[in-house]
Amino acid sequence: MGNLKLSAVTKSFGMVDVIKGVDLEVNDGEFCVFVGPSGCGKSTLLRMIAGLEDCTSGDVLIDGARVNLTPPSKREIAMVFQSYALYPHLTVRDNMGLGLKQSGASTEEVRQSVARASAMLSLDPLLARRPAELSGGQRQRVAIGRAIVRTPKLFLFDEPLSNLDAALRVHTRIEIARLHRELSATMIYVTHDQVEAMTLADRIVVLNAGKVAQVGAPMTLYNDPDNTFVAGFIGSPQMNFLKAAALGLQAETLGIRPEHLAISREAGEFPGTISHVEHLGGETNVYIHTEPHGLLTVRLFGEHEFAVAEAVFLTPDPARRFLFDAKGDRLRE
Amino acid sequence: MAQARTSLPRTIAAHAVLIAYTLIALFPVFVILINSVKSRRAIFAHPLALPGPQSFDLIGFTTVLHQGDFLRYFENSMIVTVSSLALVLLFGAMAAFALSEYRFRGNTLMGLYLALGIMIPIRLGTVAILQMMVAGGLVNTLLALILVYTAQGLPLAVFILSEFMKTVSADLKNAGRIDGLSEYRIFFRLVLPLVRPAMATVAVFSMIPIWNDLWFPLILAPSEATKTLTLGSQVFIGQFVTNWNAVLASLSLAILPVLVLYLIFSRQLIRGITAGAVK
Repeated sequence: MGNLKLSAVTKSFGMVDVIKGVDLEVNDGEFCVFVGPSGCGKSTLLRMIAGLEDCTSGDVLIDGARVNLTPPSKREIAMVFQSYALYPHLTVRDNMGLGLKQSGASTEEVRQSVARASAMLSLDPLLARRPAELSGGQRQRVAIGRAIVRTPKLFLFDEPLSNLDAALRVHTRIEIARLHRELSATMIYVTHDQVEAMTLADRIVVLNAGKVAQVGAPMTLYNDPDNTFVAGFIGSPQMNFLKAAALGLQAETLGIRPEHLAISREAGEFPGTISHVEHLGGETNVYIHTEPHGLLTVRLFGEHEFAVAEAVFLTPDPARRFLFDAKGDRLRE
Repeated sequence: MAQARTSLPRTIAAHAVLIAYTLIALFPVFVILINSVKSRRAIFAHPLALPGPQSFDLIGFTTVLHQGDFLRYFENSMIVTVSSLALVLLFGAMAAFALSEYRFRGNTLMGLYLALGIMIPIRLGTVAILQMMVAGGLVNTLLALILVYTAQGLPLAVFILSEFMKTVSADLKNAGRIDGLSEYRIFFRLVLPLVRPAMATVAVFSMIPIWNDLWFPLILAPSEATKTLTLGSQVFIGQFVTNWNAVLASLSLAILPVLVLYLIFSRQLIRGITAGAVK
């Protein structure tokens, strides 16, 4: 069991409002990802759920019980930090068992829980070592193991992969997804990386400047964004934003993903000049300078030969375009 | 690159400056040490000469060890220095933790107030301190000295340690909170071991003025039972006659304990001074 409800929570540091009223419900067993640019308040929101920050107003409910005044250790949560935050003076075994021991479990219970978590993450050979003797990836696995040992209602992850290198990040990402399936626990995961959000989440909460920009399943956000912020944040390379008036449309902005913008040497809706080409093998990204839209990206699958300074024509796929008004909100067609 | 960084003339120049400074710093100590084992006549005749077969004389040390209760002075100095140091480190670290960790009204003001103590010498308050000690019946006790030295050492300790505490990972402390550790255990088990180099720095900087102080022992605890080493050595300095053998011998002896304490802290100290220089 473990569901979370935030109702109108706000947070201010002095005069600065960091969280400006967030309502959210996370269901039992759900993998929910908070994503947003740095400074959008996603980590603060997570720390408020954990009880490491007080709410300025509003309520945090875990399993229906208001926990605003409950200290972190009594909220039955576990948290994995970006910097691992392992206790340097304890061995891996003691690091993992400390929380359970503090909550008054017997030595035997602690031993069993640690053994179970360590088997799950294949940490057995590391149990007697200290954090200083582990690599970054191993440390993060221990930190995740420490969270599992407590069998919490909520798992909280604060950018757990940001300090790992690219290969390890992919590997650990898959591991976290596997753990979520095996434990079927409620997980809340904070990241600034939209790829992590897309690959892990059942539901993504996009935050912008302390407010929820949109909540939805990854493909909902990708295919049906509510505003320019979500449209630009989800998807890589970023969505192109064209000046709609120049294309004769009744809107401020036309958004089109790089894969839905057709490129042709012969004919198209508007012309442009290639300014850069990226060959990635599986795909080719072409950057085209156009008037008056500026630099646009076209994503082609497979290998394509284009030269810099070549003149080309572009055509947005009308079925995949998004129209936005002057405030950046979506105009549904 | 490697060439530019380790050019020979530069290295020589740097070492020349360092060696010159070392010589200047060690010279007085050296003179005290060699003269402490010379006869009175030899001290005045050739103060810079090394002790030879004729001039070698341990009269200074024998005087020191027989006249006055020197071992007790030693003991007093040790008790005062070690206790004050322990209190400075304990309370300094606790105050620094509170200032760096918790947001509360007046946090910055409190920090500035404590830093003010670095700029105002505690000796300005001697009269008031003496009145307080008289009122509290603490005159001629070691406790009086310990209290004064603790107060004297705290501002710098708080100032240095709070800067260091800010560098301790917030995640680590939060992990402790989630695991149900009390704030005291977070402070003693997680934070203190990580700021150990800074603690050693503070210990050394606080220790030396306490050990060498003559002012407060003379005013607050001049009785025979509570004399410190520095004050005890003064019996050999008279208005008209000074027993230089004894003075130099007692000073040589006084170097030893600080040297030992310094060696204990120095490994940590070097780490503290160079912390952040690399990485």
